[in-house]
Amino acid sequence: MPREDVKKLLRTKFMPHIWCPGCGHGIIMHAILRAIADLKIPKEQVCISSGIGCSSRMPGYIDACTLHTAHGRSLAFATGVRLANPDLTIVNVMGDGDGTAIGGNHFIHACRRNIGITAVVMNNNIYGMTGGQASPTTPEGAFASTAPYGAIDPTFDICKLAEGAGATFVARATVAQPVMCEQILKKAILHQKKGFAVVELVSYCHTQFGRKNKRSRPMDNFNYLKDNSVMKAKADTMTAEELKGKIVIGEFVNIEDAREYTKRYDEVIARAQKA
Amino acid sequence: MAQVEFWQGNKALAMGAVAAGCRFFGGYPITPSTEIMETMAEELPRLGGKFVQMEDEIGGIAAAIGASIAGLKSMTGSSGPGISLKQELLGYAYIAEIPLVVANVMRGGPSTGLPTKVSQADVMQAKWGTHGDHATIAYAPSSIQECYEITVRAFNMAERFRQPVLVLSDEIIGHMREKIVIPEPGTFEVINRKKPTVCPDDFVPYKADDDDVPPMAAFGDGYRWHVTGLTSNDFGFPTNEANEIDKKATRIIRKVERFREEIVEFKEESMEDAEIVIVSYGSVSRSSLRAIRELRKQNVKVGHFRPISLWPFPEKQIAEISKRVKHIIVPELNAGQMVNEVERAVAGRCEVHRKNLLNGELYKPDEIMAFIKEVA
Amino acid sequence: MAKKFDIEVFNKWCKGCGLCIAICPKKVLELSEQVKSTPVRPDDCIGCRQCENVCPDMAITIKERD
Repeated sequence: MPREDVKKLLRTKFMPHIWCPGCGHGIIMHAILRAIADLKIPKEQVCISSGIGCSSRMPGYIDACTLHTAHGRSLAFATGVRLANPDLTIVNVMGDGDGTAIGGNHFIHACRRNIGITAVVMNNNIYGMTGGQASPTTPEGAFASTAPYGAIDPTFDICKLAEGAGATFVARATVAQPVMCEQILKKAILHQKKGFAVVELVSYCHTQFGRKNKRSRPMDNFNYLKDNSVMKAKADTMTAEELKGKIVIGEFVNIEDAREYTKRYDEVIARAQKA
Repeated sequence: MAQVEFWQGNKALAMGAVAAGCRFFGGYPITPSTEIMETMAEELPRLGGKFVQMEDEIGGIAAAIGASIAGLKSMTGSSGPGISLKQELLGYAYIAEIPLVVANVMRGGPSTGLPTKVSQADVMQAKWGTHGDHATIAYAPSSIQECYEITVRAFNMAERFRQPVLVLSDEIIGHMREKIVIPEPGTFEVINRKKPTVCPDDFVPYKADDDDVPPMAAFGDGYRWHVTGLTSNDFGFPTNEANEIDKKATRIIRKVERFREEIVEFKEESMEDAEIVIVSYGSVSRSSLRAIRELRKQNVKVGHFRPISLWPFPEKQIAEISKRVKHIIVPELNAGQMVNEVERAVAGRCEVHRKNLLNGELYKPDEIMAFIKEVA
Repeated sequence: MAKKFDIEVFNKWCKGCGLCIAICPKKVLELSEQVKSTPVRPDDCIGCRQCENVCPDMAITIKERD
């Protein structure tokens, strides 16, 4: 059992969860719960939304207002929730396929609107639940059930995508840094008052990705992420060649004076009522 | 003094929604329904409501469902391709039991089809567009006044039964302008969803009352609950138990079916002594009525039956009519959709004549008169 | 005197993935015959909580001994 304040955020009757032994997604859920517990947000005021896939099972385990939506659509649902009740704290979890393939359009537009939602992209480079098909973040050359001869599609850099689309908080960590995940999540949740926060948490799927790519044990993946993570400050001093295959972690965007969408909508209401 | 306006159907539909208490609209521009969202963009913020133009049609319905879960009466609207795109999430609202009104201003299809021309070819899509079993409620207005009033009714049904309700308007009704007398607030019924009365720890989110409808909490109300598109049990959590699956799957249909007679709405004209009956709805019914009124002057015993609720279909009423008339003529702007329901209800008791127009135009009264004369 | 810690592993949730065992700098944990993480050298625990934080199944709690 986790510490008491974290345990209180769990629907313990559904534990142990559905994810494979050693799954990186469990590390992320744990970090999200520690962040919410540390911020002491009443759980009645917390909304956890998700789409479809392994990541999407998370809300079922969290004792809050939880919203398991359709594939790729979680941010669009969450946009409605947020507009209807701007006081809620919304953590929207999605996978790499969920968030950047089928839900890619909702993702970039949520960034553009700068709506107060914390979007956690649990990037395990694969469609895990359906059996290991290639996703927009499956590295070139990696094997997947739909890329049996190696993936040829270039990948998305989710953080750059978010930054380019206008997210006002963008950060990345890997599950090999659980405490960093937690710290970034706390900042990203607090950022909701200022706008859309994207946290890419690089996870792994040893079952579907690892099996086909010589990283079949959880620890192989954990070590891979640990060994290839480079802090942003250090990465800034490295060449593109040196950064090849590395995962840059840290905070990329944090606009302190950003104006959140529902607050801007309040101005629309004021203008409409004055007219 | 009653407020009298000269409005377009789409505007009346949106204003009816606002009068019903709608405070959220999520949508995406598409002809011929765009004026609904434009009206919402103007009206909702005046009332403290929220309007959001989403990045696509799916986003529009998703945001509306999200807002409904967070407690606002919500709506989306579209036409043709947009309605097709919304089908998956329409199903989500059926299974998760989220009140929602979806306006469909019908245009010609399939696909991009005829963006600016009228059609009634979405009648069966309204019933079966999303996958899986569910009970459909869909109303088709035929005047500007009715656009307003039927949308109020659609919201009332959505809130009462906790599910999506469709308003099946069409391009003619949506873009036509005519007189409307705005009903005074308080002179019509407005239904709000049932809220739970138990304390949050005792809340069983999908445990239905005697009417088969569970009370609904809003996110942020102090209740914690799980919403999912998976088939769930009374506690709102996914289930693979056959008895729990059956309970949910049958209840979401039964909750509507058992109140069928309260949902069904129709209008009759000149039916007392009719030997020939035109069954038509939406814009076509306007041509039908003109034809009938003309022929009545010539002592042709023809009447009109107009289903306002296309779903549930007023089959009992049609069955009764079939016992006393010789001919039922069903003119539709499609290849024959509602006529199948008519034939089913008639069950061979009288002749049913299919009349179908697929050229993007509206039936003219003369054409309907000719149909009547063929059998008179 | 160095602080002492209790390592609680909730067996019902532990799936025996071994992440905690691999991450522990003091080799406090080992996999039992039932494939559950088990503290075998609890007195060596320095309370860094790496095992607790990394546990995907939230099965571990580290408590400072009174």
